[in-house]
Amino acid sequence: MTVPRGEFLAVLGPNGSGKTSLLRALLGLAPLASGSLDVLGGPPRRGNPAIGYVPQHAGFDRDVPLRGRDLVALGVDGHRWGFGRLSRADRVRVEAALEAVAAGPYADAPIGRLSGGEQQRLRIAQALVGNPKLLLCDEPLASLDMRYQQEITELIGGWSRDKGGTVVFVTHDVNPVLGYADRVVFVVNGRWAAGSTDEVLTSERMSGLYDAPVEVLRVRGRIVVVGEASGAGFDIDEPHHFPEPTGVHP
Amino acid sequence: MIDQLVHLLGYEFVQNALIAGVLVAVVAGLVSRFVVARSMSFAVHALAEVGFTGSVGFLLIGLSPVLGLLSGSFITALVIGALGLRIRERDAVVGLVMAFGLGLGVLFLSLYARYATEAIALLFGAITAVSRGDLILMVVVAALTIVGLGVMYRPLTFATVDPVVAEARGVPVRLISILFLVLLAAAVAEAVQVVGVLLILTLLITPGATAERLTARPGLATVMSVGIALLATVGGILLALLTTVPVSFYVTSIAFVCYLTARFGGLAVERLRGAASN
Repeated sequence: MTVPRGEFLAVLGPNGSGKTSLLRALLGLAPLASGSLDVLGGPPRRGNPAIGYVPQHAGFDRDVPLRGRDLVALGVDGHRWGFGRLSRADRVRVEAALEAVAAGPYADAPIGRLSGGEQQRLRIAQALVGNPKLLLCDEPLASLDMRYQQEITELIGGWSRDKGGTVVFVTHDVNPVLGYADRVVFVVNGRWAAGSTDEVLTSERMSGLYDAPVEVLRVRGRIVVVGEASGAGFDIDEPHHFPEPTGVHP
Repeated sequence: MIDQLVHLLGYEFVQNALIAGVLVAVVAGLVSRFVVARSMSFAVHALAEVGFTGSVGFLLIGLSPVLGLLSGSFITALVIGALGLRIRERDAVVGLVMAFGLGLGVLFLSLYARYATEAIALLFGAITAVSRGDLILMVVVAALTIVGLGVMYRPLTFATVDPVVAEARGVPVRLISILFLVLLAAAVAEAVQVVGVLLILTLLITPGATAERLTARPGLATVMSVGIALLATVGGILLALLTTVPVSFYVTSIAFVCYLTARFGGLAVERLRGAASN
């Protein structure tokens, strides 16, 4: 499978299907058990400056002495040994990154006091400040409410569109990225299918992937995946192994 | 009172104590920021207590107790680093290493006949007993610790506040954890000489925790942490010289008052700001 430059690829699948492992392999943090992987024209390597990374929202401690500005600055020089202030050029880059995500108004507030959506905006600024070619996002929308999910996806999708950057976007809910993903890859227990959302997210393809009857419904422009509790290969006591209903929102 | 102080400052033991106090305060203030942010209070305690065992062990075989202290806490740092780096493991590993280390300490104490004075000094601190020889060793250890922290300041900060992204950006997070433990061992061995094994947390937790309450700027918080450690240590030594109460009491009290002031003063400021913006 090849992800062309500028593509927004959504990686979907239930928990434990290896989505995060894929990102770790791309980051050069985990070796491959088999197969081969090229990242931006070379083997994966740790600390590749051409890769930006946006993690799942975990929330900062309320009292951690850190401002949004400092978080973004760590994206510039946090990996360098020694200490020191940012150069004037780097400070300009931090400022531009904050502006690009409209985080200026709260860039000097303690980061632990900001909302989840504000913290994720700062994380995107942190990932983009180094001007990467590839952005890896590991469930960046998890535990955000719907409005923030849209804002964050628009920021990432807009960056890909405007700058021609490549995005690998891991998510368990396809709906927020429906207007942005050029392609999706759905991973289940080592099996996968890739293509446009319309090609992959069909009852036939999904039932094949899960090896069990799965229904894909399209309701008011949203996609819902419904699995059967009694389906072969699923353990009723372990809800994680069910096909997760993709996009169940109130 | 001033006359009395000036008179006392002429004594070599007072000068030694003050120089040692300043060294310890700078090291402790710097390290404290990361101890608090990395939730390593328990590790600090273990390093100090096994340092105590090392100290008594070295006394037993006629060697310098300060070197024993350093050896004890270094070995502990390496054992903790080797056995448990993941947060869930760490707590248990620190506890069991500390328990075993203290067990050895009990053995050494029972073998060492003249233990009373030295043991009390180690447990509660005896900065006025610091000799010129000790001082040279302390300067070396302090210099190494400060240089070490300077070299790893940025990646340590990154790995501390944002470990997931730090790792993704190529920061060697595991190596940083082990290196920090080793630096922490050196800082603990320094600070034990002022406040003793039992009161070690006053210098390695309170300054960092207080600074967090005062500012959201990471650099400024580090400077404040050093300032608070200096205030507590030097202030404590001077007050103790003028009275008959031990240094440790003053150091812990000043540090605690700083924390309470920052905490409740900080709350009051926030309320005022909240009221002003409404």
